[in-house]
Amino acid sequence: MTEPTDNEVVVEVTGLSKSFGDLEVLRGIDLRVTRGEVVCVIGPSGSGKSTLLRCVNLLEEPNGGTVVVNGIELTDPDVDIDTARAKIGMVFQSFNLFAHLNVLNNLTVAQRKVLKRSQAEAEEKALANLDRVGLTGRENSLPNQLSGGQQQRVAIARALSMDPDVMLFDEPTSALDPELVGDVLGVMRKLADDGMTMLVVTHEMQFAREVADKVLFMDGGYVVEQGPPAQVIGDPQEERTKTFLSRVLNPVHPEAN
Amino acid sequence: MAMSKRKRAKVVRLVQYGILVALILVLAFTANWGKIRSTFFDLEVAKGMFPEVITVGLFNTVIYTALGFGFGLAIALVLALMRLSTVRVYRWISGLYIEFFRGLPALLVILAVGTGVPLAFGTFLDKYVALMIALGIVASAYMAETLRAGIQAVPRGQVEAARSLGMSPGRTMVTIVIPQAFKIILPPLTNELILLTKDSSLALFLGASVTEYELTQFGRVALNESRSLTPVLVAGLCYLIITIPLSYLSRYLERRTGGKKISTPESTGLGVSS
Repeated sequence: MTEPTDNEVVVEVTGLSKSFGDLEVLRGIDLRVTRGEVVCVIGPSGSGKSTLLRCVNLLEEPNGGTVVVNGIELTDPDVDIDTARAKIGMVFQSFNLFAHLNVLNNLTVAQRKVLKRSQAEAEEKALANLDRVGLTGRENSLPNQLSGGQQQRVAIARALSMDPDVMLFDEPTSALDPELVGDVLGVMRKLADDGMTMLVVTHEMQFAREVADKVLFMDGGYVVEQGPPAQVIGDPQEERTKTFLSRVLNPVHPEAN
Repeated sequence: MAMSKRKRAKVVRLVQYGILVALILVLAFTANWGKIRSTFFDLEVAKGMFPEVITVGLFNTVIYTALGFGFGLAIALVLALMRLSTVRVYRWISGLYIEFFRGLPALLVILAVGTGVPLAFGTFLDKYVALMIALGIVASAYMAETLRAGIQAVPRGQVEAARSLGMSPGRTMVTIVIPQAFKIILPPLTNELILLTKDSSLALFLGASVTEYELTQFGRVALNESRSLTPVLVAGLCYLIITIPLSYLSRYLERRTGGKKISTPESTGLGVSS
């Protein structure tokens, strides 16, 4: 990869390791995301990619290494983690919309309680972001009245309403019916085009190929291969990458590759 | 001799109806209906109880129960949060409190608060305050465990979403978790309210002035004056006016929340149907 000189580093992960009991999930991960960059993390399940993402906003406490976001070291035990997290948007596989709040309140609650914005300001911000994900008019719906694809778009709008410096996506389309995946990916592509800094864990190879600036292939807690998508997905060098990609891209005839 | 399934079902049903009819006939011809009516359904006595049975008896029962329930819920919330605290001492204190008061008869607690506290501290304790505290203590021990289970039944993802938006643990608990926990535990809480309504009758052991009578005491006094059991029946019906709608409400809420079951040690004791 070219070393960005004029680009500001937003996320810097160095030597990150994480174990669950005896199970080592991450074994020394280095990762850097610069402003406006879209980085996709791919790999087989159990490779540690979701754990890596959850370490970036410290939903998982790493055992070693450092995570620096916007110049703030999150792994410092004395850091104000809540203030830092307010500027790191997170989108989950299972949406996790607040089940007892309608769409509008899902989008305003953290703005008011965390950023101390006024009700009017928060609502204005919420409606603008709801429009951005194509869900204008649904502000009074409860989460369980929406389809999975709509819920995920609301979740994206909720994260965007905090004006984050970076957005983390944890397999955002894995829980969706196939015909709803496109809506969510469309919103994400538009975000990328608007210059949002994004770190995306995904199984959607086409999205990674077309939208990502950089792709990381992880396996067994290591970053096996990284580079532009044309290189990692189009012309993989490592055997493990080739095996994984052949299984994902050609699931019906894996032996043909 | 072998019977077909259909025939056997028919015979069994006929036998059951037969027994029922026989019992009713025996009762109808042997019982002294005049006597029974004057004992249980003396209209004059029943009329004499109104309107005070409502304006005093039912009113005070509702007030005592509401005070105890409100106070108990507040203590229960604190206990539940202590039970989930990272500080071990808090978990111990809460666990000890719950085990202690859950294991005592409600009557003992009411006597201890109502007569023991004024004796020990040499103060006068208002009847309403005493019952609020005593019934609150009794209810809180049960509700704390229900609340704890409700809090733990809120999906982990809700907490993660709130924390990832920058909410502190306390803010997450108050704004996101507790409102959803209450929704989950509404059916068992309604059952606790029914139990407490009945427990409020134990107030009669504290002694009270006429205006402080709750339903049971009101019925007992009327019983002594009338030499008829009618007052007991009237008081009983008044309890049902409160408890039957509550139990329908509880069942409705349970159906609405999809009958989501939460496991508490006393869920069977609370009558939470599966």
